[in-house]
Amino acid sequence: MKIRTLLMGAVAATAFAPAAFAERGSDGQLNIIYWQAPSTMNPFLSGGTKEIEAASLVLESLARFNDSGEIVPWLAEDIPTIENGGVAEDLTSITWTLKEGLVWSDGSAVTADDLIFTHEYCTHPEGGCAQASYFDGVASVEAVGDRGVRINFESPKPFPYTAFVGAESPILQKAQFQECLGTRAPECTTANFGPIGTGPFVVDEFRPNDVITFIANENYRDPAKPAFATVTFKGGGDAAAAARSVLETGEFDYAWNLQLAPDVLSRMEAAGKGTVVAAYGTSVERLHLNQTNADPALGPDQRSVYMDGENAHPFLTDPKVGQALSMAIDRALIDEIGYGAGGQPTCNVLPAPELYASTANDGCLVQDIEGANALLDEAGWVDSNGNGVRDKDGIELSVLFQTSTNAVRQDTQALIKDWWSQIGVETELRNVDASVFFGGDPGSPDTFQKFYADIEMYTNNFAGVDPEAYMANWLCADIPSPENQWQGNNIQRFCRAEYDALVEQMSTTADLEQRGELAKQMNDMIMQSYSIIPLIHRGNPSAHINTLGGVKMSDWDSELWNIADWYRIDN
Amino acid sequence: MTDQNAEIETFGALKDKEPQKEPRSQWRDVWDQFRKHKGALIGGGFLLFITLFVLIGPLVWQVDPKALDIRNKDLRPVYTLLWDSQANVLWSRPFGTDNLGRDIMATLIAGGQASLAVGWAAMILSLVIGTMVGVTAGYFKRLDGILMRITDLFLSLPILPLLLVAVTLFRQPLRATFGPEGGMFILIVGIIGITSWMPTARIVRGEILALKEREFVLAARSIGTTPFLIIRRHLLPNVISPIMVSATLGLATAIITESALSFLGVGFPSDFPTWGKLLSDAVPRMEEFPERVMLPGILISLTVLSVNYLGDGLRDALDPRIRGR
Amino acid sequence: MLTYTIRRLFLSLPTLLFISLVIFLLLQLAPGDPMAQVPLTVPPEVKERMREALGLGEPVHVQYWKWLVQFFWVEPQVIIDNWFGTSFSEGKLRVLSWQTRSPVMDIVVQRMPQTLWVVGMSYIVGILIALPIGIYSAYRQYSLFDQAGTFVSMIGFSIPPFFSGVLVIVIFSVNLGWFPSIYDTTHVVTDWASFKVQLQQMVMPVMVLALQTTAQISRFMRASMLDNLNQDYVRTARAKGLKESVVVMVHVLRNSMIPIITVIALGIPAIFGGAIITETLFKVNGIGQLLLTALFANDLPMVMTLTFIFAILIVLFNLIADVLYGVLDPRIRYD
Repeated sequence: MKIRTLLMGAVAATAFAPAAFAERGSDGQLNIIYWQAPSTMNPFLSGGTKEIEAASLVLESLARFNDSGEIVPWLAEDIPTIENGGVAEDLTSITWTLKEGLVWSDGSAVTADDLIFTHEYCTHPEGGCAQASYFDGVASVEAVGDRGVRINFESPKPFPYTAFVGAESPILQKAQFQECLGTRAPECTTANFGPIGTGPFVVDEFRPNDVITFIANENYRDPAKPAFATVTFKGGGDAAAAARSVLETGEFDYAWNLQLAPDVLSRMEAAGKGTVVAAYGTSVERLHLNQTNADPALGPDQRSVYMDGENAHPFLTDPKVGQALSMAIDRALIDEIGYGAGGQPTCNVLPAPELYASTANDGCLVQDIEGANALLDEAGWVDSNGNGVRDKDGIELSVLFQTSTNAVRQDTQALIKDWWSQIGVETELRNVDASVFFGGDPGSPDTFQKFYADIEMYTNNFAGVDPEAYMANWLCADIPSPENQWQGNNIQRFCRAEYDALVEQMSTTADLEQRGELAKQMNDMIMQSYSIIPLIHRGNPSAHINTLGGVKMSDWDSELWNIADWYRIDN
Repeated sequence: MTDQNAEIETFGALKDKEPQKEPRSQWRDVWDQFRKHKGALIGGGFLLFITLFVLIGPLVWQVDPKALDIRNKDLRPVYTLLWDSQANVLWSRPFGTDNLGRDIMATLIAGGQASLAVGWAAMILSLVIGTMVGVTAGYFKRLDGILMRITDLFLSLPILPLLLVAVTLFRQPLRATFGPEGGMFILIVGIIGITSWMPTARIVRGEILALKEREFVLAARSIGTTPFLIIRRHLLPNVISPIMVSATLGLATAIITESALSFLGVGFPSDFPTWGKLLSDAVPRMEEFPERVMLPGILISLTVLSVNYLGDGLRDALDPRIRGR
Repeated sequence: MLTYTIRRLFLSLPTLLFISLVIFLLLQLAPGDPMAQVPLTVPPEVKERMREALGLGEPVHVQYWKWLVQFFWVEPQVIIDNWFGTSFSEGKLRVLSWQTRSPVMDIVVQRMPQTLWVVGMSYIVGILIALPIGIYSAYRQYSLFDQAGTFVSMIGFSIPPFFSGVLVIVIFSVNLGWFPSIYDTTHVVTDWASFKVQLQQMVMPVMVLALQTTAQISRFMRASMLDNLNQDYVRTARAKGLKESVVVMVHVLRNSMIPIITVIALGIPAIFGGAIITETLFKVNGIGQLLLTALFANDLPMVMTLTFIFAILIVLFNLIADVLYGVLDPRIRYD
């Protein structure tokens, strides 16, 4: 993938050099299809990926992440660090400098006031801002000189690149949104549907959940960009139809999120009109092994509740059992059947960026049924009563395995059940409707947080490139329980004092190398406890037509982060 | 021949008091009329065949429709050999296998069971509700107004949107109580039944209103027959023909509605085959494996077609004004 | 007749209110969560605050009252403002969609043209095909044409749109490449060439939908014609030497059209409701698709408003059909 991108870049630099220096708007019309259509252009009012990506054509932030996950300056002149003095020695503030001569698409200047206002807008207690977590720990935002903006933190922040960085926390224009604070936010329909931004395109017409048309921004800072004069951003239909419209009929130039069966996608690609590209972020499809007892006979204050060593799961806390379950799985086959271009087998819950990815657990990539059987024999789990299921001390290796309703997940479930039956583990399958499973309703027994099952499967990831908050998911304090209305991220109820110490250490470490080491240690600790069994590192497959150049897929930011550099290849 | 005739004639004269021919029962007439309707005959035959296919099929074709067989995935049906001798087929899998190696013949049988079961159950439910409401409204004058207002109310509800609302909304609680398949079955049958009884109720009410004034009902009432008995003995048998006709319509609608729900992804769970689900799952691969779309699609269409023709024939056969013409 | 109409109109008000209550309670019972589609990376506290911003915390009767006020009091004001340029509705809260955070009615108005173009056109096409078929089938009962017509309409009843739609996409869009598989809702007809493009993209969805309309209306037309052809007045007309074409096309047809017109009127609400399946298949983002996405996103205000508008239309056109029947057929008297 990387090599191909590089090659394409090289080709673009030589053969199509004129295209890169073309005039703004010289390449005409660009057609993008998002089969789930954006419902608003204000990413602060909707947490959805589709809205954030559509908005990223218009709204921009101080810095963004490129396709390899590195932070690059965008509206800022450079990336502030401790070395260049941009970040305070005590890690309590960061000072950004805006590029010179920045203007909004209406021609007015971008000032520190706009950033101060954006912070106020998103942290307003009644606004229900979806991206409020990007402003966590921000005490204040203030102007420094003409173009400087200082963000003060409440406590030292070793990774200060959250507020105003990435597609999720862009900058709004104060003049347009100042009447829309708090409860008035949804009333500003015109502003929410057509925000004024600094990006390469301007909203021409927005039809919610249907289609958006953009035209090139006359006041964009690079006079030669964007190459396209207009963009049509169509929504609706399904993934298969979107893929067909790019790869087979060529009606569209770019299609997003093509979660299709691999054989379907590769056959469409064989038509030769387009290319499937995938960006790998941090999404991992994984199994969580409940470390607490999920016996239905237990009462609501005990079932799947962590009680400090008591109420442990009868066998899933034994790493040997977890290891055997992991060894029995053929990740390559799951990938081949369900993911194809959109996934690769993985053995880590933290698979990327490279800096943080451990290589200590890669042994899991090869299926080893015999080894798993031997391991269980050795651990004393044998089939003593001849019913085909291993047992020890009267406890049978029988699990309830749940996930959300989704064709690929049910196929994976069926495969895993088959493999586990080969190592003498009995599996009962169950699937729950996604809107309930992920709905977080504390009254429902079927949410993934409540985990009224032995094993569950889903995908999680983290936004941006810094895993600190993600790794803090597995703190003892973050275990869902009746006390916190089952709101917590430590789904498998993993609790180790040494792990908590590592998280603590990371929150005070600013050096990137050291942070990487710590993250790897934490990842390995969880992996070797076998409370999480990672399966597939999932990518986002998209497709673009072969005459569209400049696409650099990234999962660290909006997929369309560099749309200003896209161009038409003439043939 | 002549001898025999003469014999009958003499004996015939002696047994003058007996009717010459055996009296023809009403159902005999109906059957004779029905037989004349070719379409209805073929339709009825096909419906019988499909029902037997899904009922007896699993006993003959003992392949588990959920069993995965990755090595034999994506097999084509054997008939593709006719034009493509290189086709990837296996005689033990006459209709081929899907992308996970599940036998298509077995999934079609299992899917048919679900689709037909939903169709029949929903149809019976809506008939029961419709007949009850219609008879009550037609016979008891005091209840007529309120029941017909309720019928009007149901008729003015937007059915498909409400169906979708109800399915997306109540799927989870029902599934939790009755299991994923049982819950979904109850939900879909219940919803189709509850939203499709109104035409039956209106027709039945109209018939009952007319019948109620006839002499035989008056006679029954005059000897003190209870209303319940009058309805059961005298009225219900007389409204059987409109009920049967609306039954066929109901069966066709129920099968199509279930398939549509499955197609929109709000029907049965993803690992539970029905014809509609098989069809929608196969759509992404329809150019490579057209049979996976065509087979369930044709089965749905043919079943509904045969039911519709059956209904057409029944209408003609059961209508005494048309019969014998 | 006028008093009858007015009485019916008044009677339909409580019916509509009751329907709105039923729909509202049905939606309230729903276990779904509008935040279920928000990614897991958004922390639960933030989701909770977003829920509060949607007004989810309030008691049920307050939410219902708010919706009633917004729908029956504020929205009409907005319409008046739009027509006469007044400003009654300024500052008043309208029915807002949870997905887009914008007024539901604006989106409905925006979606209407797509739906009317495609679904409405299919209805007209369907009727235009169905009427001649029905007339001729009845005139030549049990002829080959009648048998074929019966068969075709049976097929129309029996092939669900999700099968016929998929079939035509594969044949005409993928294999032959004649028509686009994705409907362009932004396409504007300005000249002959763009009109042709519009025709091309409309052909497939319109024909798929028209097949069903044709099946239904042609059956009704045939039955109605058959009823009239055996009447005494037809014999009289023939006996007094009228031309056959006049007998059939003037006398019989005029009387046969009475029930057909009411059937056609009863089908009109369905046009506004859009065709959920066909719209989804061909990406005609009309009202049906709007309802479907709103359902999947648990956007209750949108679902509530849409289903209620459908209910109003159904009640209204039932009334219109009844009144039309009375106007057209002098034998029918409403007292």
